[in-house]
Amino acid sequence: MDPLTWSGSLGPFLNPLMLGAVLVFAAALALNIIMNIIGMRPAEPIVNADHTISYRLGAPDYMLLAMKYAVFVFLAAVVIYILGGILQPSFEAKGIIGAVGAQFLPVWIALIATYVVSIKFKRRLGLYGKLFDNLVGMIGFGMVMFWVFTAIFAGMVATHGPIDVISSLRNDPPGTGVTGVDGAFPYYLLGGDGLGRDVFSRMVMGAREVLTIAPFATLFAFMVGITLGLPAGYLGGRFDTLITFLANLVLAFPVILLFYLLVTPEIIEAGVPVYMAAILFVLPIGFIWVLLYSRYRAQPHIIKWVAVPIVLLLLLFYLGTVFRFDPIVWLATSFIGYLNQGNPVGEWMQTTQQAYEPLIGINIDGNLLIVFVSVVFVNSPTVFRIVRGLVLDIKTRDYVAAAQTRGEGSWYIMLWEILPNARGPLIVDFCLRIGYTTILLGTLGFFGLGVDPESPNWGSTINEGRRLLTVYPHPPLPPALALLTMVLGLNLLADGLREESLKD
Amino acid sequence: MGLFILRRLGVMILTALCLTFIVFFLTNLGPNLEKLAKTQGNNRMSDAEVVQWLDNRGYSRPLVVRYGEWLGVVPGWTRVADDGEETGRCVDFGMTIADAPTLCGLFQGDLGFSTVSDDEVSNIVGGRLALTGWLMLIAFSVMVPGALTIGILAGMKEGSRTDRTLSTISIASTATPEYVSGVIFIILLASSTAGLSPWLAENGWIEGRTLFLGSSRSAMDDITFWNFALPVMTIALYGMGYIARMTRASMAEVMTAQYIRTARLKGVSFRNIVLKHALRNALIAPFTVIMLQIPWLLTGVVIVETLFNYNGFGWTLVQAASNNDIELLLSISIVAVIVVLTTQLISDIGYVYLNPRIRIS
Repeated sequence: MDPLTWSGSLGPFLNPLMLGAVLVFAAALALNIIMNIIGMRPAEPIVNADHTISYRLGAPDYMLLAMKYAVFVFLAAVVIYILGGILQPSFEAKGIIGAVGAQFLPVWIALIATYVVSIKFKRRLGLYGKLFDNLVGMIGFGMVMFWVFTAIFAGMVATHGPIDVISSLRNDPPGTGVTGVDGAFPYYLLGGDGLGRDVFSRMVMGAREVLTIAPFATLFAFMVGITLGLPAGYLGGRFDTLITFLANLVLAFPVILLFYLLVTPEIIEAGVPVYMAAILFVLPIGFIWVLLYSRYRAQPHIIKWVAVPIVLLLLLFYLGTVFRFDPIVWLATSFIGYLNQGNPVGEWMQTTQQAYEPLIGINIDGNLLIVFVSVVFVNSPTVFRIVRGLVLDIKTRDYVAAAQTRGEGSWYIMLWEILPNARGPLIVDFCLRIGYTTILLGTLGFFGLGVDPESPNWGSTINEGRRLLTVYPHPPLPPALALLTMVLGLNLLADGLREESLKD
Repeated sequence: MGLFILRRLGVMILTALCLTFIVFFLTNLGPNLEKLAKTQGNNRMSDAEVVQWLDNRGYSRPLVVRYGEWLGVVPGWTRVADDGEETGRCVDFGMTIADAPTLCGLFQGDLGFSTVSDDEVSNIVGGRLALTGWLMLIAFSVMVPGALTIGILAGMKEGSRTDRTLSTISIASTATPEYVSGVIFIILLASSTAGLSPWLAENGWIEGRTLFLGSSRSAMDDITFWNFALPVMTIALYGMGYIARMTRASMAEVMTAQYIRTARLKGVSFRNIVLKHALRNALIAPFTVIMLQIPWLLTGVVIVETLFNYNGFGWTLVQAASNNDIELLLSISIVAVIVVLTTQLISDIGYVYLNPRIRIS
């Protein structure tokens, strides 16, 4: 089987077109900069006597137009490549670009559906809807959602298993045909890596790995940062001094040193991640309890029937996840075992108590837990500082004074007066921080810390590929570009959100 | 001002003590010591032998006492074996306990002994720091002027086309971590099979097979443009975007100030407004950011030195941490912590010095 070409049957028409577009863009950009330097400016609007506005277009305007159309031509060519990949039957005609585009079909459909619905209802969707008035924000949102949908549909997008090895395809270039394996996808679209695994499928599956950890770790970091930052900023005093000192302590630690110290098998053996998780994960539960209690203090039935059950459930989940302990099973087995001392039922209860799985809670592998905990640990001091700064600013406002006069408790004011008014900057920072967390996770993977070497995680894939980088450049490049586009998307999204929220 | 600096120094020393104690605690956890015993002694030691081994080398005493020994405030341990051989923390090979000093630790300038490299820690750290110093220095001298130029150009006319283009470029640069940009740079510029190099070599425009060298090992003896450009570019690129954005924000704020409007109404040319009126005030905020970038670059240095095989400080950190070389790791963290805290102090003092409106209570 011949290897696929990059562009397939559309190549002879589209490649010159794209090359032309790039050259036109570069030439126009260079000329535009030169014109700017020698003092030529784009046309200013002229108000005519009849109150109409007209422009007298000069050379710089034509350069800008040329750049704009070059971009359109380039994008159109990309779209035609993808459509060609979806519509043409044979892989030879699709080419690598077309075939990859066709693999992403569910992602394209989901993206188009999201955009159509969102743009249609954008006036009713608050800040999210306003995002669609902002070009940069829209592009960023598209890049992020592309990877989110890829993670969701990873099973359909990937062509091979992420750890399936075909050793004859070791380090083979993109588009190599797969022979001798029945029922498998006939090509390694982006080539094979050093062990003969499919680079494309590993990149797609890596999206799932990255997107399951990064947002949750960021969310926890925010809950921890908010729980500590609100009272530190609002109440001040000794508590503030202490927590600020601790936050500065963590911030003064070089991140990489902390990772190297924390994410080792010996530390997991010593049980450090469990202790850290015990402290870090209890804070969000306290946060939720205070949030509900301060609001519904005057309505005991809501506290009794809603707040208490929610918090109890979360506590069970916490015990089950962090300590692998389920008080219900433990109490039940102890009680029944006590009643049935000496008979088979009692013995069975004893063995159950020694080895049971908690009913509520997830079994997190020690490696994953330490990665999660360290990322939360590194991020939360920064969030704490942001929240504290916002609180210091907001607590001087009149509505806070009004609430104080009304006799509201401190926690009510912090959670229901100050926090909602600090949400704008926090949402923007949340987006940025997911990106930063993704970079951190990649760093961990790059140094092989705390991740399973088989894992298709982008960081570890880049690390594996870098050894033979100068000879076989294709294995580390796709995950590198994937990470780049996702973080870039999150940054652009944050920028768009900031701009739109400032307009209010 | 003097009192302010004194108080900052006090907090700094307290922070340094806390941080080193955390590092000491984490490196001396039970499983870590067991691993140390097995790598230094014998891989198949039984549990009792491991305890014996650790006991003989003073590892089994309380953590706080040993931390005090390492600092040099508690007398070092000594031990006389059954055969009369005298060993101790401060007793070098061939010395007796009577000859050796009682205190030997950080305060006495004794950083200890690296178990993996078989050398005094102070000998290792100094040379490695110098190598990294060069890398940082050159990276900074590329990054700072570049970032300031981009920031000022973008911030002088907020919302203009130049501003939007340059802002997007700086966002892209903050979104490219070193391990991504390094890989892309190597593929584009230093690979013999891909990127620009094969094409340039075919046309006979470059002498070797690649344009730049993908490994900076030779830069440890002799820094040239060809072996050092890629690591410098990689470090500079990630930090550049952040400084540029801060500069842009600060510049944009200054440009809306009343005195700039006055200057404009007086008819001062735009060039003079930017260069003579706005620039000085706009550079106060970026100064703080630039100083705080130094500790942030440390992670980047570790990645870049690993990627480009440059045996500097970051590379040593990786080696020390992966081999649990306790004393080397502790010294490295001391150096890192001092760098972080000093830059914070300088940034605070510099901010006050540059901005006369700020007075510290």
